Amino acid sequence: MNATIAGTLAAILMTASATAAETPRHGGTLRVEHRDNPPSASLLEEATISTVMPFASVFNNLVTFGTRTDQDRADDIVPDLAESWAWNPEGTALTFRLRHGVRFHNGRPFTAADVKCTFDLIQGKGETRLRKNPRRSWYFDLKDVTTTGDDQVTFNLDAPEPSLLTMLASGFAPIYPCGVSAADQRTHPIGTGPFKFVSWQQNESIKLVRNSDYFKPGLPYLDAIEYTIIPNRSTALLAFEAGKYDLTFVSDIPPILLKDIKAQDPNAICLSQPNNTQANLLVNFAHKPFDNPEVRRAMMLSLDRRAFVDILSQGVNKIGGAMLPPPAGIWGMPEDYLKNVVGYGPDVAANRAEGRKIMAGLGYGPDKMLNVKIETRDIASYRDPAVILIDHLKNVFIQGTLEPLDSAVWYARLARKDYAVAMNVQGIAVDDPDVVLFETYACKSERNYTGYCNPALEKLFHEQSETTDFARRRQMVWNIDQKLQEDGARPVIMHNVAVTCWQPDVHDVHLPVNSIYDHWRFEDVWLDK
Amino acid sequence: MTAYLARRFGLMLLTLFGVSIAIFLLLRVAPGNIADILFDSAGMIDPGDKARIVHDLHLDRSIPVQYAEWISGLLHGDLGTSYVSEKPVLQEIAPRIPITGELALLALTFSILLGVPLGVLSAVGQDTALDYALRVFSLSGLSIPSFWLGLLILMGFVNFFGTIPIYNAAPHGFWIGLGTMAVPAVAVGFRSSALVMRLTRSAMLEVMRQDFVRTARAKGLGEAAVMIRHALRNALLPVITTIGLEAAFLIGGLIVTETVFNIPGVARFLVQAIRWRDYPMVQNLVMLIAVMVVVINLIVDLLYALIDPRIRYG
Repeated sequence: MNATIAGTLAAILMTASATAAETPRHGGTLRVEHRDNPPSASLLEEATISTVMPFASVFNNLVTFGTRTDQDRADDIVPDLAESWAWNPEGTALTFRLRHGVRFHNGRPFTAADVKCTFDLIQGKGETRLRKNPRRSWYFDLKDVTTTGDDQVTFNLDAPEPSLLTMLASGFAPIYPCGVSAADQRTHPIGTGPFKFVSWQQNESIKLVRNSDYFKPGLPYLDAIEYTIIPNRSTALLAFEAGKYDLTFVSDIPPILLKDIKAQDPNAICLSQPNNTQANLLVNFAHKPFDNPEVRRAMMLSLDRRAFVDILSQGVNKIGGAMLPPPAGIWGMPEDYLKNVVGYGPDVAANRAEGRKIMAGLGYGPDKMLNVKIETRDIASYRDPAVILIDHLKNVFIQGTLEPLDSAVWYARLARKDYAVAMNVQGIAVDDPDVVLFETYACKSERNYTGYCNPALEKLFHEQSETTDFARRRQMVWNIDQKLQEDGARPVIMHNVAVTCWQPDVHDVHLPVNSIYDHWRFEDVWLDK
Repeated sequence: MTAYLARRFGLMLLTLFGVSIAIFLLLRVAPGNIADILFDSAGMIDPGDKARIVHDLHLDRSIPVQYAEWISGLLHGDLGTSYVSEKPVLQEIAPRIPITGELALLALTFSILLGVPLGVLSAVGQDTALDYALRVFSLSGLSIPSFWLGLLILMGFVNFFGTIPIYNAAPHGFWIGLGTMAVPAVAVGFRSSALVMRLTRSAMLEVMRQDFVRTARAKGLGEAAVMIRHALRNALLPVITTIGLEAAFLIGGLIVTETVFNIPGVARFLVQAIRWRDYPMVQNLVMLIAVMVVVINLIVDLLYALIDPRIRYG
């Protein structure tokens, strides 16, 4: 763990000193290794980094996260397609003043109408429809988007929602041009971004070229970006070590492999940091006997989160609740707070003894174990924690049997709630409570796979959402998070840490510690070759 | 001969018809469909959106209707549109066929060029040190999985040469291009070469004990001429059958090798298409492979007559 921290610090220092000492240079092609074939190029339709990393540089947002700190923060949001913005006094209308002279890659000028088209598309009001619409749930308070002339656009809300700006700054809020179909955006994306789409050979490569009409003077520095799709991780790492690629796919390297990479390629710059994905336990509230809160409590008491972290990541992964824990996360429960939450206390033996007592009271024991199938996706990052979970559950008289599921079946089964207990890995798009709470725990959310529904708590979701005072809101989020963990709404096992590497001649790659979905515009990145 | 060819052609069509039904049904029996998979990358499923996708892709039609639509399109040269890339299937498959073809051909050539001579050498020097060494070599070929061999080769290249022979669509020169294909061809062809070698050895040993070989020697022919013109020619028949069968099995090896060496060929693409339940892509790719296999089988049968004058088709 110390080596990892030292490596990270060294990387930050190297990057910082290089940046300070050198002036950016124009030219060159950035060669990036990509882990798999993206499902489509449409950022609005996908929730995977496989799409965001290669295609975010085709687009711009209204606003984006700055690079003042290594965190994506609401107080570090900078203009992008918008020049400025202002809230009305009630906090229910957010008005943006837009830039002039910006053109889409198809030659059409960017105007306020394009912003309206984009959000009409998300809200299902447009002439064309998105095939999938995972962002719809984000904008639950958005009434409509109105334009004033070509350069002003207003987001009208049903209730104040300070997080709106944060969501608009995320990698999942690109502005699409009017008149381009959703289908075209999936295969041949058009935006205003620093790079234009050139080609995408399925399962092979993605090529982007510099947008010479980019509205930010002097940017981008690179002539082109080429992604080579290498699904086999061993091949990808060997190719990186052989210098075939300048940058690895983001967060695709488990910390356990960092030592190997540094041994083979000592000059490589590698960052090991949280990627805001979490392993969590899904317990179906409608499935007997897990509808009984006592059984769920016993399950939570069986968990030894430290063991998960030590076995699966050599102690690198982080323990937390629904929100990414500090210092990387902004909203997560701090360690002192967390240790008082049921199941998080350090005395695992005492927890388990209490769990056994509960189960014994329900008629279970060493001779009468509760048998259950533990379903999970047939991918190592899902399977591995599921195996450990089975071992832990035995401590409270629950005998689990692993049932790995093909990806084609996994979400379908979750959506139908056709499971009892499952091990899940969940990526968090934005380190913001509005995104996490409503998407995962709201009673009617499509992603609320456990069926947890607590109307009183959901009322608190709305209250925190409307609170503008940061400290007060964070305290509210901690309280909500504690309640969610204690209710076993979706017990969080751990937050993952992963590694990204690049060659020393690549400069100004910015990777925030609380999201992997932002800063993929590559407009500031340059090569010293 | 014409009657034989006509009969074989008819059987080929019947086989392909059977394959088409089998692959069509198996794909639909497999749990999950493209609509489920599409939502995988969105991390959720919206039942309304899913129903619309299912309808748009005609997956809500009955299986016989879907089958008829596919076959009808196939007969008219329309292979359909990929669910994933939303491009015509032919446009997706066509550029990958030569890549896999080149790799398969190189692998097969390697296995023949290595397997046959080593098999002859092993038979001629039966129970010598060379024979034992070659038998160990062939056993290792049969036991080493191609993905492991591929990774070892890649690691060796990175360690010793500081480079890696993975596919490049625009190689700097013919020889570099051939080199980057030859290395994976060796990885995938190693197993076949071992098989060919063992078969050649045993067939040669059998033939070498035959009377006509003794007669050839008695006539005063040199040992090389006896071995090549008399023994090997007669020993080749089972070897050719095996090579024909191996050509079909090679597809399995290519899936792994194309993945390890990152070659954008048909085999790797097929795996991806199956994972995505991209029915049009899988159906047509499997049919393409089936056509290749039955054609290779036909060629092998015709080669029998060429090599062994006793065989006549009529």
